[in-house]
Formats: sequence, C-alpha cells, structure tokens
Amino acid sequence: MGDPKKIQKLMFFLLLLATIIIIVPVVAIFAIILFHGLPALNWGFIFGMPREGMRAGGIFPTIIGTLYLTLGTMAFSLPLGVLAAIYLTEYAAENWLTRLIEISIINLAGIPSIVYGLFGLGLFVMFLNFGASILAGSLTLAIMTLPVIVTASREALITVPKSFREVSYSLGASRWQTVWGVVLPNAIPGILTGTILGLSRAAGETAPILFTVAAFYLPALPRSIFDQAMVLPYHIYVLSTQVPNVPAKIQYGTILVLVLFVFIMNISAAFLRAHFRKRKLW
Amino acid sequence: MTKLTTQSEVIIVVEEQIKRMQAKNINAWFYDKQALQNINLDIYDKKVTAIIGPSGCGKSTFIRNLNRLHETVPGARVSGTILLDGENILQGSYDAVALRRKVGMVFQKPTPFPTMSIYDNVTAGLKLYGRQSKSDLDLLVEKSLKRAALWEEVKDILDKPGISLSGGQQQRLCIARALTIEPEVILLDEPCSALDPISTSKIEELIHELKHKYTIVIVTHNMQQAARVADYTAFFLMGELVEFDQTSKIFTAPTDKRTEDYITGRFG
Repeated sequence: MGDPKKIQKLMFFLLLLATIIIIVPVVAIFAIILFHGLPALNWGFIFGMPREGMRAGGIFPTIIGTLYLTLGTMAFSLPLGVLAAIYLTEYAAENWLTRLIEISIINLAGIPSIVYGLFGLGLFVMFLNFGASILAGSLTLAIMTLPVIVTASREALITVPKSFREVSYSLGASRWQTVWGVVLPNAIPGILTGTILGLSRAAGETAPILFTVAAFYLPALPRSIFDQAMVLPYHIYVLSTQVPNVPAKIQYGTILVLVLFVFIMNISAAFLRAHFRKRKLW
Repeated sequence: MTKLTTQSEVIIVVEEQIKRMQAKNINAWFYDKQALQNINLDIYDKKVTAIIGPSGCGKSTFIRNLNRLHETVPGARVSGTILLDGENILQGSYDAVALRRKVGMVFQKPTPFPTMSIYDNVTAGLKLYGRQSKSDLDLLVEKSLKRAALWEEVKDILDKPGISLSGGQQQRLCIARALTIEPEVILLDEPCSALDPISTSKIEELIHELKHKYTIVIVTHNMQQAARVADYTAFFLMGELVEFDQTSKIFTAPTDKRTEDYITGRFG
C-alpha cells in the first residue's frame, strides 16, 4: 500500500471532484436558459396572449393553466394524502392490509408518468366522461403526487413525540381529539414542505397532462374545471417541436418561466422548513 | 392561615382510612416481558403516596395503569383489578377517557404543547369536551395557575407560548393543565427529574399544598424527595412490590432486607 497521507489527499480530491461535477449541469442549464430567456421576459410576455400562431405575444394562458392545475392537484391530493397518512400512522393495525397499502404507495411512486397519463385518459377523460379538462388533469396529477404527500405526512406525523400524545390522552382526549388537536398542528410544517415538493414536480410534468388536459392552442382562458387549458410544460413541447419558426427567445422565455415557477415552489418549501426548524418545537 | 391548617389536619385524621384507589393482583406485560407481578396496593385519599425503586422496576408501569395509559402502548397488557369509587377501571366497559378526567397525570419531562400559548395549554383539557364562555375559562385559568403556584409569574404573559417558560415553570404549567380538568387523583411520574433544585423544591411545596384537595401518587428516583413529600411509600423491585407502609416507617424501620439495602444506598 502507498503512503496513507497521499491516499488521503487523492481520496479527498476525488470526493470533491464528484461533488463539483453535480453542480456543473445545474449551473449550465440555468445559465443557458437565463442567457437566452431573460431578454424575452417582460410584462407583455407574462400577461399577454399568444399571437401569430404562438410565434409572438405572451404566454399568459399557459401560466394560468399551470396555476389552475397545480391548485386543482393540491385540492385533491392534500386532503386525501393527509387523511391516508393519519390513518396509516395513528389508526392502522400492523396487518397484511396495512402492509399492502404501504407497498401500493411505494409502487405508486415508481410508476412512469406516461402510465399515469394513459390511466387518467382511460378513467377520468373517457370512463367518467370528464373529457380533456382541468378536472381530469388535476385528478391525474393528484394520483401521481399522492405517494410524495402520504410519505412526507407520515414522516411528519411520526416525528411528533409520543409524549404529546400521552399528555393529550392523560387530559381525557379521545384518539381523534389527540390527532386533531395535538398531533396535526405539530406536523403541519413537514406536511406542507412535502406537499409543495410534490406539487412542484407535478407542475413540471408533461406526460400525465398530455391526454388529460393540455390544449395545443386556446383563444380564451379556461372558464370552468371542465375546460381544457394550455399548460407550460406542454406548451414548451409544442413550441419546440410542433410549430415551425418560433423565435428562440420565446422558447427559452417560456422554459425560464416554468423553471422559475418550479424553483420558487422548491425554494419556498426549503424556506418553510428552515423557518420551522429555527423555532424547533421539541 | 393557622386555623385553616388545623382544620385540614382534622380532616386528614378523620379520613385517614379512606382508600381512594385499590390495586388488586395487578400483572402487566409488554409483549412477553412481565413488568409487574401481582401488585396489591392501596392509594389513600388526600395523601401523598410515593413509589420508589431502581430504574426498570415497574414504578411507571404501575401508575400508568392507574389512568390506563399503559394500554395505549403497543404490546402492553394487564390483568387484575383497580378500584376507583368501587368500580373496576380495568374492565373493558369502563370508559378510559372518563377515567383520565378523574385521574390526571404529570409527566417526567415538562411537555407544554408547543403550538399553544400558556393560556391555551391550561385550557387544553377543557376544550376537549364542550366549549365554555371566555369569562369562565379566564376564571379557571387563574384558579389553576394559582393552585400550581405559577399565576404571579405568568399572569401578564398568558398569550406567550408555553415553551417560552423555564423548565420548572413549564412543569408547574403542566400541573396547572392537569388541575384544570378537576381530577380526584393526580399521578406525578418523576416530575422533578428534569428540574434544578430550586424548581424541585417549588414543586415539592406545591405537592404539600395540593394534597389537601387531591390524592397524589408520585413516582420518584429521589429517596429524599419521597421522605420529604410522601405520607406513604411503596418500594418496587423488579416488578414486585417489596414493601408498602407509612413513609416514616419505610425510612426508619423497614421490615424487608431489600428495602433497607435500597434506602441505605447499597444498590440501585
């Protein structure tokens, strides 16, 4: 064997190198998008309607569509995910059913997003006859986000110390009163962080919305949950592959808006977590 | 004040023989491991009963059966009878929630609910069953905090978080919280083990005050504490009740060799 000090130095260098290599693609992607996209960003681009076959004007409908879809996804996945997590952590007995549910959640997280898209097409668009709509798209994305929210909520609930539950019981609280009055308020930071991360992933997905909600072009903003919508990720796909001669500025500008949208969500999740950790409660 | 003291002493003499709770043939398990073996112990009314013994001897398990908190732990089982007001609280038909309003508890670590203010912590137990008017709650908060000897220190900061208080204040806040639901019996599970000596002596003074109105069971590691606050003392060892008697008797003339060894510091 060689000199331990030299090996130490070599290993340190390799580890540092590996870490730096992780940063390179992130920085490169951001730099390229910023460089080409930033010139396109102005109020007219963000709040304007597309013109001239989407080769000019703004992308307001796609931002609104993405916003609606994200809110719609949250409306379904947050309550469902939190309630399921409460059942699994606070009520479920250790038996085959609980294990089956847990395995299902893990597998749900591993399903490719195109499969969600086709499932949504089959169940919500066709079978339940919602048509391609914000409702169908939100439900599809909600199913995709569920594993993230359930897992994050379970973590958050489990971390609430047993002592709080015992105090609550000792004051004559029932199980549900304990969950509602003591456990849940203490778990909310973790639940929120997980939810935002799940939603930010959903906001950037293309495959699940492809057949369930996304429109190539709509002259007006959606007016109900049964309307189709233009959505940022699909719009990027359209601009770069389906419409000839779209100025690069508009393509990159649209990508920048989506990246910022997701970025802001992730940052706010990180901020929330840091904020609550600072006043760590137990 | 002196007159009041004599009055309560008279009451104590009269009530000396009243058994508030009676544990009969209590066996308890965690999965296959037996934690309590055939415990028979009477808890006397408006007295302080201390339970002493080395770690893992079953002290906490025993008092956690007095409010049926034991059964909330996975794998926990119990057999035997515990009478409160002539009813067996261990029978399945007895409502554990109702029991815990009669038998309150304060835990080892001060545990104010971190998301709640001082005020909300004190009223936490009340809000669980039915709303009360704000003015009623205000009165109850003041009453409980006064009984817990904390009122003077917190009366101007009731809306501050409960966890902003010092450890000793937090523990008195927990006592106030337990008192607000007007229990008959109060279980104290090593209430001072996380506190400094000054806070400890405040809690001990408080126990002296509270026993005029409540029946108190205190688990403690600290034998001096048992000697200072308790009227009766029970010595547990490896899940068995070795000896139970008046505190003065346990500490001066124990009948069992193992008790003597423990209180003289030969083991444990």
